[in-house]
Amino acid sequence: MHDPTEPDPDPADATTLRLAPAMQLLEQSGRVLPDRHQVSRVAWMQALIDGLCELSSRDPLTGLANRREFELALASEIDRVARAGEPALMLMIDIDHFKKVNDTYGHPAGDLVLKGVAQALHDCIRPMDTVARFGGEEFAMILPNCPPSFGLTVAERVRTKVQNLSVAVTPGQHVHVTVSLGGAFAPQWVRSSAPLWIERADQQLYRAKAEGRNRACLEQPTVSLVSAEEKGMLFGTSQFQDLE
Amino acid sequence: MISTDLTPDSVPKSAPDSTLTPKPAARRARIMALTSGKGGVGKTFLSANLAAALARRGERVLVLDADLGLANLDVVLNLHPKITLHDVFTGKVQLEDAILPAPGGFSVLLAGSGLVEYSRLTAEVRDQLLRIIDTLAPRYDHILLDTGAGISDVVLFAVSLADDVLVLVTPEPTSMTDAYATIKVLATQQQRRAIRLVVNQVGRPGEGRAIRGQLQLVVDKFVTPMLPAGSKPPVLELLGEVPLDPAVREAVQRRRLVLELLPGCAAAKGVEAIATKLSP
Repeated sequence: MHDPTEPDPDPADATTLRLAPAMQLLEQSGRVLPDRHQVSRVAWMQALIDGLCELSSRDPLTGLANRREFELALASEIDRVARAGEPALMLMIDIDHFKKVNDTYGHPAGDLVLKGVAQALHDCIRPMDTVARFGGEEFAMILPNCPPSFGLTVAERVRTKVQNLSVAVTPGQHVHVTVSLGGAFAPQWVRSSAPLWIERADQQLYRAKAEGRNRACLEQPTVSLVSAEEKGMLFGTSQFQDLE
Repeated sequence: MISTDLTPDSVPKSAPDSTLTPKPAARRARIMALTSGKGGVGKTFLSANLAAALARRGERVLVLDADLGLANLDVVLNLHPKITLHDVFTGKVQLEDAILPAPGGFSVLLAGSGLVEYSRLTAEVRDQLLRIIDTLAPRYDHILLDTGAGISDVVLFAVSLADDVLVLVTPEPTSMTDAYATIKVLATQQQRRAIRLVVNQVGRPGEGRAIRGQLQLVVDKFVTPMLPAGSKPPVLELLGEVPLDPAVREAVQRRRLVLELLPGCAAAKGVEAIATKLSP
């Protein structure tokens, strides 16, 4: 316990703080801090804090964003959709028959498969996208500024990437898995909520599972309120008809 | 800064029953919802400045931030509310304590970001909003509902509480499309037959009239046939136009009312002309 008669340690003075547990966590995660003597104390503390933030936002097994980080990204995307009206897609991704992998090859092999799938998902996204381990063998993606007409192509790309994946679980032994995907767009200009949006994507995931797995199902986006014909008349030309 | 005084700061009405400014027998605020479809067309700018322009004309005005979850009014007005509608909803404070005096001589009731969780319209939120508006209506001449972007159920509900609805549009194609979609929903789902229009950021005088005309044409051709046979066709009334004016940008950046910071600028004049129409 901290002695109440002693002054509080100066947060910028790393020598008076209890840093061992934090250092141990960072070391275990393989993060390298700058040399304490090469940078200022504040810069060093900042690097330490950054390291801890990074650590608390990542899934330790796969290195993807964890559920906490995902929820932050989701909240900011909901804001953006409501304010800027950009279309955004959420994909929920679940490894098919994952229990069978664990039962057949053991849990260490299951972990390798999770890592392999995570890497495959990570390879499919743009820097602005978020891919997270949502829990167990379920993953989630948020794709900002993804037009509804691209949705299925994106989901299919992810599905194919995983299907072509081969995970070496022991020397000479390869495991192949597939994923089912469910997707839902945030309605443009409408403030959605995280639980609702997730639920809609989840419903599509259940549909993909029910329809036989290794497939992508996307919620049909609501038809635009304004037809091309109406737009044509609104602008007295047809040049806007392509702007869906 | 919390107003415990229920009387708004506006100039007191000298003669409410004066023949020059006839008021309805039952003194109850005229409630007008401001909506736009597309975000970022200046809804909050117009709410704040129109409220100030009305207050200058001696009207008692309350702006209610019905943009549940995206309270921007505090940003525009440089207010730092400690108490918001959220606290009223949760029963932490009395409604009276959440009403703030705004620069410009009107009152505001802010939603606060805590209301994000109310972005879906639950029965509870609906009842609370109804109760609040009922309580406040007798104390003001005008209540402006600054609604959120889009056509969500919260926006539609807020609009349904209003006597009048004002759709704000800019000459941008996306704004016009979304304004048209909003008008369509208001006419078909809420049976609105009179919809007010303000065209913001016009590049030249008369552009507002042209845009109103174009929107009316499309409404007549596509929306009117969707209505039950024998319905009165929806009519768009151009309440005014506000020119594209660098003064607005400056006022917003300095978090001031354009009416106060740069009185007499083109945008301020546009807003004042609208206030004159609402408070002849």
